[in-house]
Amino acid sequence: MTLDELDPGTACVMADLTVDGALGQRLMDLGFYPGAAIEIVRNAPLVDPVEIHLDGYHVSIRHDEARHIEVTL
Amino acid sequence: MTGEKTVLVALAGQPNCGKSTVFNLLTGARQHVANYPGVTVEKKTGSFAIDDIRVELVDLPGTYSLTSYSLEERVARDFLINDMPSVVIDVADGSNLKRNLYLTLQLMEMEAPVILNLNMMDVVERRGQRIDVDRLRDMLGIPVVPTKAKKGEGKAALRVAVKELAGKRPGPAAYKIDYGPLEPHIDVLAGAIAEDPLVSVQYPVRWIAVKLLENDDRAADMVKGAHTDADQALALAESCRLRFTEETGNAPERHIAFARHAACARIAAETVTLPAAKKRSLSDLADRYVCHRFFGPLILLVILMALYQVAIVFGNWLALQAWPIWGAVEDFSADVLPAAGFTSDPLLRALGLWVVKSTTAILNYLPIFFLLFSLIAILEDSGYMPRMAFILDRLFRRFGLHGQSTLPMILGGVYVGGCAIPGVMATKAIPDERARLATIMIVPMMNCLAKVPLYLILIGAYFADVGGLAMFFIATVTLFMALPVAKVLTLTVLKRHPSAPFIMEMPPYHLPTIMGILRRAFERIWLFLKKIVTVVAAVAVVVFVLINYPGLPDDRRVHYDGMENAAIKGFMADVARTEFVGRITRADVLPIILFEESLKRAKRGVTDQEESSAINARFQADNPVYYAVVKREGKDGKKLNKSLKKVVRTRKKARREARAERFEASFLGSMGRALEPVTQWAGFNWRINIALLSAFAAKENSAATLGSIYGLDGDQSVQESMKAGESGFTPLHALALMLFMALYPPCVPTSIMVRHQADSTGWMLFSIAYQTLLGLLVASLVFTGGRLLGLTGLQAMWAFYGLCVATTLIMALIPNPEEREAAASVSPEPCNEHCS
Repeated sequence: MTLDELDPGTACVMADLTVDGALGQRLMDLGFYPGAAIEIVRNAPLVDPVEIHLDGYHVSIRHDEARHIEVTL
Repeated sequence: MTGEKTVLVALAGQPNCGKSTVFNLLTGARQHVANYPGVTVEKKTGSFAIDDIRVELVDLPGTYSLTSYSLEERVARDFLINDMPSVVIDVADGSNLKRNLYLTLQLMEMEAPVILNLNMMDVVERRGQRIDVDRLRDMLGIPVVPTKAKKGEGKAALRVAVKELAGKRPGPAAYKIDYGPLEPHIDVLAGAIAEDPLVSVQYPVRWIAVKLLENDDRAADMVKGAHTDADQALALAESCRLRFTEETGNAPERHIAFARHAACARIAAETVTLPAAKKRSLSDLADRYVCHRFFGPLILLVILMALYQVAIVFGNWLALQAWPIWGAVEDFSADVLPAAGFTSDPLLRALGLWVVKSTTAILNYLPIFFLLFSLIAILEDSGYMPRMAFILDRLFRRFGLHGQSTLPMILGGVYVGGCAIPGVMATKAIPDERARLATIMIVPMMNCLAKVPLYLILIGAYFADVGGLAMFFIATVTLFMALPVAKVLTLTVLKRHPSAPFIMEMPPYHLPTIMGILRRAFERIWLFLKKIVTVVAAVAVVVFVLINYPGLPDDRRVHYDGMENAAIKGFMADVARTEFVGRITRADVLPIILFEESLKRAKRGVTDQEESSAINARFQADNPVYYAVVKREGKDGKKLNKSLKKVVRTRKKARREARAERFEASFLGSMGRALEPVTQWAGFNWRINIALLSAFAAKENSAATLGSIYGLDGDQSVQESMKAGESGFTPLHALALMLFMALYPPCVPTSIMVRHQADSTGWMLFSIAYQTLLGLLVASLVFTGGRLLGLTGLQAMWAFYGLCVATTLIMALIPNPEEREAAASVSPEPCNEHCS
C-alpha cells in the first residue's frame, strides 16, 4: 500500500519508492529509504498536506507526493 | 601585514542544524551579506583570526544533499569544487545525527577537508541521547568537534580544529561508502576517468564516477567541459547504468541514495545511544494545537493580526514619532541649498529638494520595515513558518501559490496597509520556484500604505455616505483579483517553470534570541537601504525632469514676472510711507520673505520659551531691519508686515499656478494627454493621467499631484477641490480610478526588489506591464460596462465584487499543470477518500 492511504496514528515501514527524477531524489535526500520507520502524525486542517514522523524528525508532505511511497504495516 | 596567512573555510550543513548560530559564534559581528554570482541565493561571509591565520568564512546554503536538482545544492557544490576551501566545517544537528550524516558522507566523497561539528549537544543531552564522539571520529577518520553554539560553548575547540586541518595537506578520504554491487561499475568508470589528465586533476575521480552513475546532468557537463574524450566516458557511464539496472532491477541513483542511508544508519547505530523510553517532545505537544484542525487556523489568524497590529499600526505611530528627524533633514537641505526665487527657484535648489523629499518619503517607512523584519525573523527562527505553510498550503495551492505565500501577501497589505517591498523580499522563503514567482507577481497588487491616501480622497468625495462599505470593498476585492491572476499566470507564462515538491521538514520549535533577531533585522534593513535608496534618488532626478520640462513658455513667464513686479511695487510704495524708507530697497523684498520662512522653520517644534527667545535673538542680531518687519515691531513694522503678507499671498498664488502650468506643459503632461484616447474608456482624463503617471515613482505622489493640479498646496481637502474641478465626475469614475490604483504597477523601489528577487529584468518589466494593462482593462470594464448598463457607482462596485469572487471560485476548480499531467499519465485510479 502507499503512504497516502494511511490514517493519522498509523505506524509503518517504508518498502519502496515508485518515482524518479527531482521528486524521487528529494524524497530520498530527506530520508525516505527502504526500512525507514514512518508514523502518520496528523493531517493539515484542510486535510492536505500530511505531517509524518520519519526516523526521528517531522516532515510534511502532500498526498500527491506520498502516493509514490510504498509502505508495509 | 606580512606573514599572515589567509585560509578559506566553508560552513556546510543541513537546514535547521544551527548553522547560522555557529557562523555567528565564529565570526561575531563582522559579516557581509551578498548573493552568489548570478543567482538569488544569499551568500554570507565573515572573517576572524586564529593566531596568525586570517580565516575567511563562507556560509553555504543549507541543503540536505548535494545533487544538482535544486539551486541551493548546485551553488554549494560549485563553491566546493571551484573555490576549493581549505576546510569545510560540516555543522550537524547532533540530536538528528543519522540524517545529518547523509550530507557529511557526500562532502567526504567530494574529498573536501571536512570537520564534523556536532552541534546542538544541549538538545542531545536534554533528550537523554548519548553520542560516542571518539568512536565517530575513528569510524569516519575526520575531526569531530561537539558544540553547543546557542550557549556559546565549543568555539575554542572548533578554532583549534580549523587551524590544525588548514595546515595539513588533504589526504584521501578515510571513510568510503560501500556501494555493494555498484562498486565494480564505479571502479571501471573511475579507471577510465583517471586516465584523463584534465578531469582527474580538476575533480575527485570517484565522486565524478558516482555522480555520472547517478545520472547527474551537471557532472556530465563537467566531464564534457574538461575531458578530452568526453563522449566515450559518458557512453561508458550510460552502459554501466544500463548493466547495473539489468543486474539488480534497481536504478543506480536509487541504489546510491539507499546505500548512503544504510551507511548513515550503520554509523549512527554504532555511535548513538537513544534513551530507552521515547518521550513526546514539547514541540510535538505544541503542534497538537498549532496544527490542529480548528485551533490551528485560529492561532494563525491571531498571529497574523498581531503582526499587522504591531508592524503596521504601531509602526505607523513610530514612523510619525521619527518624522522630525527626516523633517530636519529636509529643513537642513532647504537651508544649505541656493536661496529660493520669487516664482521659480534655482535649478539646484528645486532638484535638490525634490531628491531629498523623495528619499525621506521612503526613509519615513524605516520604523515599519524594522518592525516587520524583526517580526519575520521571529517567525522564521521560532520554526512557525513551516507550520503556517502546512496549514494554508491546500488553499493557496489551488491558485498556483504555496503555503508560504501567506506572509508576503500579509506584508504587502492583504487587507489595508502594508508595503510591497518587504512583501517581495519575504518571497525568498518560498521553496517552489513557480509559486515564488507567482507570489512576487501578485504582492504589488495588495493595498500598500501609499495607495490609501488616494482611496480616502475618492471615497470621501464620491462615496461619503457609504464610506465604510466602500473601504471594505477596496480592501478585500484586491485578494479576489490577485488569486485568479496568480492562477492565470501559473497556467500561462509560469507553466514551464519548475514546481518543486512540497516535502518540508517541520523542525522543533526554538526560542529565538534577541541578538539573532536584531542581527537579521539590521542585515535586511541594510540590504534595503543599499538596494533602494540610491535608485530612488536616481529615479527622482528622472521624474523631476519629466514633470518640470520643457518649462513655461516665454509669454507665461512674462506674465508671472509682471505679477511679481506689481506685488513688489505695492510693497515699496508702503515702505516709502514708513521710517524704513531708504533702509529697505526692492532687492530686500524676497530676502525678507525668505528670512521669515527660515525663522518659521527654525522655530518648528520648539515649545520651550527660553529656546524660542534665543532663536529670536539670533535672528534679530542677524538682520534687525528684516526682524522688525517680520516680528511686527513698532507701528511701521506692523504696517509693513501687513503689506508683506499681501506680497506673500501673491507669491504663493504665482508659484502654485506656475507649477500647475509647468506640469501641464511638461513631458509627463504631454504623455497624459497622449494617453487620453485610451484611458477615456476607463474614465480618466489627462489630469488624472498625470497624477497616475507621477505615482510610479512612489504612490503617495498620486494624491499630492492631484492636489497640485486642482490648485491646492498640500493635500487638505483635495476631495472638495476635485469635486469642484471635475464637474463631470461620477462615483463610477471614482470606482474605476480606485480599481486602477489597486492594480497599479509596482512603484520604483518595489520594481527594484522584484528584479532582485526574481533575478531578472524581464520579470520586472513583465510585472510592470501586465499590471498596467490589467488595471486599464478592469477600470475600462467597470467604467464603460457600468455606464452601458446604467449602473450607479455602488451597483457597479458590488457587481464587480461578485464577478471577482465568482472568478476566484472558478479558478480554484481548474487543475494545476502538474495535476493535469498526473491525471494524464497515471492510471485512471480514482482518488480514494483519504486524499480528498
